[in-house]
Amino acid sequence: MTPAVIDDTTLYAVLAPFAAAVVAPFLTRWLKHNAAWPLAIVPALMFLHFTGFIGPVSEGQTFTAAMAWAPAYNVEFSVYVDGLSTLFAMLISGIGTFIILYAGGYLKGHPQQGRFFSFLFLFMGAMMGLVLCNNLISLFIFWELTSITSFLLIGFDHLRAASRRAAIQALVVTGGGGLALLAGFLMIMVTTGKFEMSALLTDPKVIKNSGYYLPIFLLVLGGAFTKSAQFPFHFWLPNAMEAPTPVSAYLHSATMVKAGVYLLMRMQPVLGGTELWTTVLPIFGGLTLLVGTILAVRQTDLKLMLAYTTVASLGLLVMLTGTSHEKALEGAVLYLLAHSLFKGALFMVAGTIDHEAGTRDITKLGGLRAAMPITFIAACLASLSMAGLPPFIGFIAKEVLYYGTWGWLEFWGLPLTITALVGNALMLVIAAAVALKPFLGPKVETPKHAHEGPILLYAGPVVLSVLGLGLALVASTTGNLLIAPTLASVSGKVVELDLHLWPTYIWGNVALYLSLVTIGLGIFLFTQLDRLRDLIAAVLKAIGWGPDKGFDQFLAGIVSFSSWITHRLQTGKMQTYMLLTFAFTAVAVLLPGYLTNSFPAMPKMPDYRFYEWGILLIAVLGLIAVLIAKTRLTAIVSLGIQGFAVALIFMMFGAPDLSFTQFMVETLSVVILALVMTRLNLSPRDHRKGIDIALTAFVSVAVGLGLMLTLLAITQQPFDSRLSEFFTEYSRSIAHGRNIVNVILVDFRGFDTLGEIAVVVLAGLCVLALIRVRTKPDKPEEAPASAEAPLAEAQTGEAR
Amino acid sequence: METGVAVLIGLFFSVAVYLMLSKQLVRLLLGIAILGNAVNMLIFTNGRLTREVPPLIPPHLYTPEIATANPLPQALVLTAIVISFSFFAFLLVLAFRAYQELGTDEVNKMRVAEPDNDQSPPQGY
Amino acid sequence: MRTIIFRTIAPYLAALMVLFSIFVLLRGHNEPGGGFIGGLIAASALAIFGIACGVASVRRAMVFHPMGVAGFGLFIGALAGILSFFTSQPFMTSQWLIFHIQDVEIALSTPLIFDIGVYLVVVGAIGSIALALEERESD
Repeated sequence: MTPAVIDDTTLYAVLAPFAAAVVAPFLTRWLKHNAAWPLAIVPALMFLHFTGFIGPVSEGQTFTAAMAWAPAYNVEFSVYVDGLSTLFAMLISGIGTFIILYAGGYLKGHPQQGRFFSFLFLFMGAMMGLVLCNNLISLFIFWELTSITSFLLIGFDHLRAASRRAAIQALVVTGGGGLALLAGFLMIMVTTGKFEMSALLTDPKVIKNSGYYLPIFLLVLGGAFTKSAQFPFHFWLPNAMEAPTPVSAYLHSATMVKAGVYLLMRMQPVLGGTELWTTVLPIFGGLTLLVGTILAVRQTDLKLMLAYTTVASLGLLVMLTGTSHEKALEGAVLYLLAHSLFKGALFMVAGTIDHEAGTRDITKLGGLRAAMPITFIAACLASLSMAGLPPFIGFIAKEVLYYGTWGWLEFWGLPLTITALVGNALMLVIAAAVALKPFLGPKVETPKHAHEGPILLYAGPVVLSVLGLGLALVASTTGNLLIAPTLASVSGKVVELDLHLWPTYIWGNVALYLSLVTIGLGIFLFTQLDRLRDLIAAVLKAIGWGPDKGFDQFLAGIVSFSSWITHRLQTGKMQTYMLLTFAFTAVAVLLPGYLTNSFPAMPKMPDYRFYEWGILLIAVLGLIAVLIAKTRLTAIVSLGIQGFAVALIFMMFGAPDLSFTQFMVETLSVVILALVMTRLNLSPRDHRKGIDIALTAFVSVAVGLGLMLTLLAITQQPFDSRLSEFFTEYSRSIAHGRNIVNVILVDFRGFDTLGEIAVVVLAGLCVLALIRVRTKPDKPEEAPASAEAPLAEAQTGEAR
Repeated sequence: METGVAVLIGLFFSVAVYLMLSKQLVRLLLGIAILGNAVNMLIFTNGRLTREVPPLIPPHLYTPEIATANPLPQALVLTAIVISFSFFAFLLVLAFRAYQELGTDEVNKMRVAEPDNDQSPPQGY
Repeated sequence: MRTIIFRTIAPYLAALMVLFSIFVLLRGHNEPGGGFIGGLIAASALAIFGIACGVASVRRAMVFHPMGVAGFGLFIGALAGILSFFTSQPFMTSQWLIFHIQDVEIALSTPLIFDIGVYLVVVGAIGSIALALEERESD
């Protein structure tokens, strides 16, 4: 079905956060942390706008709107609204509303809270653009914009080195992946001639038949895997927990890291279904799931535990997307929704505990139940959803995905099911640990006296975790309105859904049995949590190396390599630079003539008169005298001789103006040279060694020869005199001057001359400045005693 | 007509480059002065050479009676001469001041900007 | 360098050269000459004067600082270009005022003003360089 064109309101809805980002700092200066309330209206309105699409989209309609951006390059700002983008847009704006509120409470009193709001809104806008963009190039731009805003947010606490490292790491990994994605998109655009996602989706075979499927697949995967933290690029995500908790909850669980999953789901109809897709994605996804959960068990920091389970969940989503089977895809879509709700809530809970109790290490927390009852309830609801227990949406998601992996896939069925089972059991362990450890048990003394946070802090977790329950209770409506249209976008065909919370049959329901096994295994592992943690820690210590360390080595390697290259190329010796420059000049003027065999024909002897020969001879003698001069004065006088010879040559060929100017300039040159030389106690004698002389002589002869041949070749071509004739013809008639040279200078090309006399003034000013400036400090003890003394000296000199 | 001057210009360039490639500041400056002349003559010769007829219009006419020298390269070179002289003066003073401050006239020993024992760049975040 | 003959003759020589330079400047539009050449001649005059009688007396004789002269030259050069705005023509379009006093034709024009600007720039900048270098010799 062709998408219907709608008005520009949706475009403005995407851009609204950028406007809010501009307003936010001012509003925060005025209202302090309470600015969160009016600011949260922006994402709330966006959410309402996109709920309006639920009805039509669930009936199978799609919409587009477009605004021209750079039409010459087929770039436009266009949106494509279907099930998938509606779901994402609602998640981003809906969760975003509560994140803004939460940030208001979390960073209360922070001097840079306004800036923080600003960054959050910038990210929100970028993310909205990413999931809604139809045009591939503008999709890429928003994709990179999320990387950049993520960099700003992770590095928000930029005074700590760990934050800076995490920010740079995230930027390098996701930004680098973004460049791969750009390459992939360009290949798609070139090979298919289609610039819009919606156009690609109407013809699912176009890329697979283009012959460039493999490179496009790899490049798009490069973008998606880095963004969604798939193994082995997973390491940046846990490090990104250096960011303030609202960022972790928003970017690194609910939205940005899902951009890669979004892309894979979006491209699934176009790229998916091939052998490559159904092999590579499940392997990497499954690996990420296992690595993520195992590493999560190892952690004791609440946020890090959640971060690693986020990695694991992303792995699960990629794995399911990689099956290209509609039942498994249904599980993926359900899990995507469930994960955004419970993980966002849990992150906010972890942040609240950190904020109120002063630590988020679960070994140092306990018995907060009484002090923070509301937070405790929210944590429990969200954790139950994460653990996959009824009656929560996480349970439905798990049932559907077991059903999808077990029953329908021939080869991958068993390994994928086992991977999912182990992953889910470990996920249950973490969920239990996060929800129970800080709240139950005896009261433990915490750095701060813990009490319930303000409404700004618990509004988000409560609403999100209750939603996880509510959406499950009305499972069939959720399925029809949210899941089915999304699934239609992901699988590329209309799907009938029958979602229900409670299993309709028990006997032979493999998914239910698998769920029971998962829960049993999970509870067993939870009782062994401490032992498990020590075991994993020991194994990791034995391995010793990880991609995180590898990233440091990679960056250090790049810096050392560029330093090595720089020292190779820039020896610090001016002679080397000059020699290279002139050697390349010689090659540049000689090589084209040699390659195209266009050296000039042998010219015939010019018919100069004897005094003209004489002038040329004077010039040659002057040059030779400069070369062999033994004293300063000889050298200066010889220089004057060649200069006057040049003046005579100008005179000889009808250029009296040039000739006079050259005479005056040469005279002045000799005078100022003499003035300076008498103060420089230097000899002009050459101190070079034999081999050096031979080399430089060779290069200089080559340069001279090359330019001479070029000049001869030029003068043997016919001369195009149109420009000169123009000046000659109009010099008197319209410019009232008989000296054509002067008329060109002051009238025809007067603007050039204006620039040139400005240069002369500048040169004069520079000379004066150079003469007056004193770099040596008057008192020697002022000079810094460090090894960098000469450099520092030069800098202070310049500053004066 | 251009051939002889072209050969001379080649010689100018060779001598200029040879001088500029030496280690002594003084010879470098001499080379730059000669290079300026070489480039000016190169531009001048590119516009073709005409003997002894300056591009002037007689008082009673609106265009010259006979073919004159090409005025365009002359106009270009005229400003080039003055500018190259200004810069020559600037370089002369620069060399002089560098010699005063650094105490050497050998270009390879002027290592303020790129010190010999240059540290490798800082690592870390 | 400072022989008594040179010192006696230098002021007159310099004055003559400056006069000649103005002549070269003014005839430049029709005969060989112009702002660049005239300016160089005048700058040489300053240099000779400076070598003979010392830089201090040149500065006294000039009244203004040479760089100030150069700056003023640049200013009137740009101003000559702006005049065309008053006749709604693009920047640097030349404007001519031609008087006839009996048989003599006197042409005032923006290119002439511009050429004077060039002259002043060259005198100021080159002269300032030369004087600055001479000054160093005496310290």
